[in-house]
Amino acid sequence: MQLLREPSPQQIKDGRIYAEMGLTDDEFALIENTLGRLPNYTETGLFSVMWSEHCSYKNSKVLLKKFPVSGEKVLQGPGEGAGIIDIGDGQAVVFKIESHNHPSAIEPYQGAATGVGGIIRDVFSMGARPVALLNSLRFGELTTPRVKYLFEEVVAGIAGYGNCIGIPTVGGEVQFDPCYEGNPLVNAMCVGLIDHQDIQKGQAKGVGNSVIYVGASTGRDGIHGATFASEELSEASEAKRPAVQVGDPFMEKLLLEACLEVIQSDALVGIQDMGAAGLTSSSAEMASKAGSGIEMDLDKVPQREKGMTAYEMMLSESQERMLLVVQTGREQEIIDVFERWGLEATVVGRVTEDKKLRLLHQGEVVADVPVDALAEEAPVYHKPSTEPALYREFQALPTYRPEIGNPGDVLKQLLQQPTIASKEWVYNQYDYMVRTNTVVSPGSDAAVLRIRGTEKALAMTTDCNSRYLYLDPYIGGQLAIAEAARNLICSGAKPLGVTDCLNYGNPEKPEIFWQLEKSTDGLSEACEKLETPVIGGNVSLYNETNGEAVYPTPVIGMVGLIEHVDHITRQQFQNEGDAVYLVGEAGDDFGGSELQKMLEGTISGKAPALDLDVEKRRQEEVLTAIQNGTVASAHDLAEGGFLVALAECTFGTPFGADVRLPGEAAVKELFAETPSRYLLTVKEEKRAAFEALVPEARFVGSVTKEPVLTVKDEAGQPVVQEQVKTLEDTWRGAVACLLKSKA
Amino acid sequence: MYEVKVFVTLKEAVLDPQGSAVKNSLHHLGYEGVEDVRIGKVLTLRIDSSADKVEAVVQEMCEKLLANTVIEDYRYEIEEVVTS
Amino acid sequence: MKFAVIVFPGSNCDLDMYHAVKDELGAEAEYVWHEETSLAGFDGVLLPGGFSYGDYLRTGAIARFSPIMNAVKQAAEEGKPVLGVCNGFQILLEAGLLPGAMLRNEKLKFICAPVKLVVENTGTPFTAAYDDGQEITIPVAHGEGNYFCDEATLKQLKDNKQIVFTYKNNINGSVANIAGITNKAGNVLGMMPHPERAVDQLLGSKDGLALFQSILSHWREKNAITS
Repeated sequence: MQLLREPSPQQIKDGRIYAEMGLTDDEFALIENTLGRLPNYTETGLFSVMWSEHCSYKNSKVLLKKFPVSGEKVLQGPGEGAGIIDIGDGQAVVFKIESHNHPSAIEPYQGAATGVGGIIRDVFSMGARPVALLNSLRFGELTTPRVKYLFEEVVAGIAGYGNCIGIPTVGGEVQFDPCYEGNPLVNAMCVGLIDHQDIQKGQAKGVGNSVIYVGASTGRDGIHGATFASEELSEASEAKRPAVQVGDPFMEKLLLEACLEVIQSDALVGIQDMGAAGLTSSSAEMASKAGSGIEMDLDKVPQREKGMTAYEMMLSESQERMLLVVQTGREQEIIDVFERWGLEATVVGRVTEDKKLRLLHQGEVVADVPVDALAEEAPVYHKPSTEPALYREFQALPTYRPEIGNPGDVLKQLLQQPTIASKEWVYNQYDYMVRTNTVVSPGSDAAVLRIRGTEKALAMTTDCNSRYLYLDPYIGGQLAIAEAARNLICSGAKPLGVTDCLNYGNPEKPEIFWQLEKSTDGLSEACEKLETPVIGGNVSLYNETNGEAVYPTPVIGMVGLIEHVDHITRQQFQNEGDAVYLVGEAGDDFGGSELQKMLEGTISGKAPALDLDVEKRRQEEVLTAIQNGTVASAHDLAEGGFLVALAECTFGTPFGADVRLPGEAAVKELFAETPSRYLLTVKEEKRAAFEALVPEARFVGSVTKEPVLTVKDEAGQPVVQEQVKTLEDTWRGAVACLLKSKA
Repeated sequence: MYEVKVFVTLKEAVLDPQGSAVKNSLHHLGYEGVEDVRIGKVLTLRIDSSADKVEAVVQEMCEKLLANTVIEDYRYEIEEVVTS
Repeated sequence: MKFAVIVFPGSNCDLDMYHAVKDELGAEAEYVWHEETSLAGFDGVLLPGGFSYGDYLRTGAIARFSPIMNAVKQAAEEGKPVLGVCNGFQILLEAGLLPGAMLRNEKLKFICAPVKLVVENTGTPFTAAYDDGQEITIPVAHGEGNYFCDEATLKQLKDNKQIVFTYKNNINGSVANIAGITNKAGNVLGMMPHPERAVDQLLGSKDGLALFQSILSHWREKNAITS
């Protein structure tokens, strides 16, 4: 009965029904050629999701190839659920970031929640215990009810899922810019720990082995989610959207515990999460990676709704499901484990040798296609690229030098900008402490978690200042990597590697593809130089609303290793009387700065230039100084420049600061966003040792007992003198205040 | 077969911050006439039981699990349904 | 002294409780799956935080029917120390081992933050190591920690000195700033703040350790007298 509703292969071709699923004429011809016949409706569906940008990276693959992906410590690079890096003592760290932008734009709570759920599955499908979550969020300005609603619901969704499953959300970033108004970005990152011998692969090896489905039953939710993620948002998307997926963190908690138990069994051959394109991608990819095939009987797939077709089951993106390959004859051992956790595990198919994905439904073969054609042989495009006129305009502009009034007032205004203001309103909704490993909680440069049973700790951060990328994607890409690394350095960690989430507009527009091309060049070079290989990530294109793209936003998730918990360093001042040092000179770097945005309402000009050699040298020097115990606190200079960084170092402490800057302590010294700079404090008795390790560091003043922020010029005249409490209250209350204010 | 709808709401003496939030929101939208909003939940159950027992069973379920009578009130509607 | 850490489906602070007792207190601890029916051999019972059964109907409402809960009730009746933290507190309320109920936080948001508590009663097996009126910093992490009881119950709580911890600043709307209460006998404590998260200075506070030390000292004294 159901099958009658589906168009015939000829109708699919003649009526170009494949186009509605997101396939081009050429792609459909390629499928016809590969199969040697016309695909039926189900098969067309399989190809459409597997060949979507979300699953195949067909538009970005040529660029992703540039990333350095190997290194002596890389145990698993891109291609599996998540990348893995060795941290010594038989342990490794597993991490990945992924976007859930489009679902969050439509249904922010569930969109964000299921994004968190998906990335957690990616990590535990590798056999790792998830230990931390981070996120990176972008919204329009907090001035309209719609943006406020999206922001509040996304945060609640992240909290709802992470808190319930009991994985601490330890860090992240939130930025606000008008370009994200209709298309917010919701990127979620998960970090896990694993013993080397537990590393799993998503492979369907061993002909005759059983394919087992576990977790939630399959419904019609999220059908064509992967295709949806690969299109622009428009007025029409509201109507076109697939049924919203609803997250069930309780189910996932059980699935997580059961899967971690199951990986200890040698009966398990392979395991993969059913993420985007659900059953289709998990089965096709597992078979393709192993050089085998899979045959599944869809009648055995647990179904939540009646009368589901093969097409619907294969394309469903119902959450909290995993696909396992288990040695034949030992299925019951695995099923028993899941049953103990109250979960259903069902044998739905077997591994075959013919390298095909064959699906049976109600006694008939409903699909029979080569797995490689689905997974590996998706078409790859190199789209045309054009340097945008806007870029040339920005480059030609004279250097922007802002004129300001009272620097203290400017500081107060800057501290209220939502991008700079305290994100307490956000992270106090996240359980950032559960599992009791969080040493440095949200609000510092990077989050730090101890590794229980060792002296070591992990530092982690997400970063990307997309304003720089908008002005200059190449430099902006470099800056994103450099800043993430600096944040880890300030925590006392050596950066290990990168996971990236590339959020861009429609790559079919040559100007957008150019942004993608240039920024990946910048990212690659910085990764190469700073020895932080890219071990996995995600590409989210078509982030546009009614033709307007978001800023190019390659969010960088970076993880570093702290050799000893004694090296853990925070941005907050630690002791009265400590000497304050500044590393790095200020230049006229105001293009894309917070100050420019605040004063002009828009950004323009050149992005701050970055010298990767200087960046690397300073990172090494500062880290060595920290590891030698000479540094009391460390903070990198970022949005808002020196003065904002100085103020941030006093927040949450009883202290103030008294510093003197060279010359007239001009606007450049106070607010420029010149990269590769640090604000460090050092105990009096450690100063000589510190100065020997960081010869570039300039002594500028000291931490004071009085909670007052004083900045003087070279002649000793105060330029800024503000009570820390006033500044801190302003900074802490700004986000909540914006949310309360009526638009 | 019976279809039972159980309505669970916070007792009147208990503050309902969700309800207050919705009320405020409605006022913002111009529905000034809204005097009170109480939020609760509806549970829909299908129960195989007999006419003489069904109400007692539902009552027991409410007391035992479906409502916490320290803070919540409940009421229910029972409807017999014909199964095909 | 040997503690049972009860694990319900959806418990997620079980590990924290286990390590607090084992590593920081130096006592014995064992996980006990909710389907077990006996707590024989254990000297104290710990109900950890989390989201048992997803907290889908009401917090703690489903977990209270777990098979192990009869054994928990029995342990309480025998006078053994029973500590429920966060979701564990909610379960004790639903199970009727403690009076009152939990509502959503007044501002409807989940709150995770270190908060200041006041120790209101040091005459319990859980608080003897604190000083009367002492201010301690213990983290909270909950969305439904807004403690509610009627006037009569509140009067009883006060008269019997069952209010053990209060919030210095009321964070969630709780009646009388209540953060933790005991039963009448004083051997069952439920509290929303997480003492097991405050046992190691590296993570910011050690103020919770004295609670576990109190339990251990009390057990030692009691055993020295009886044996």
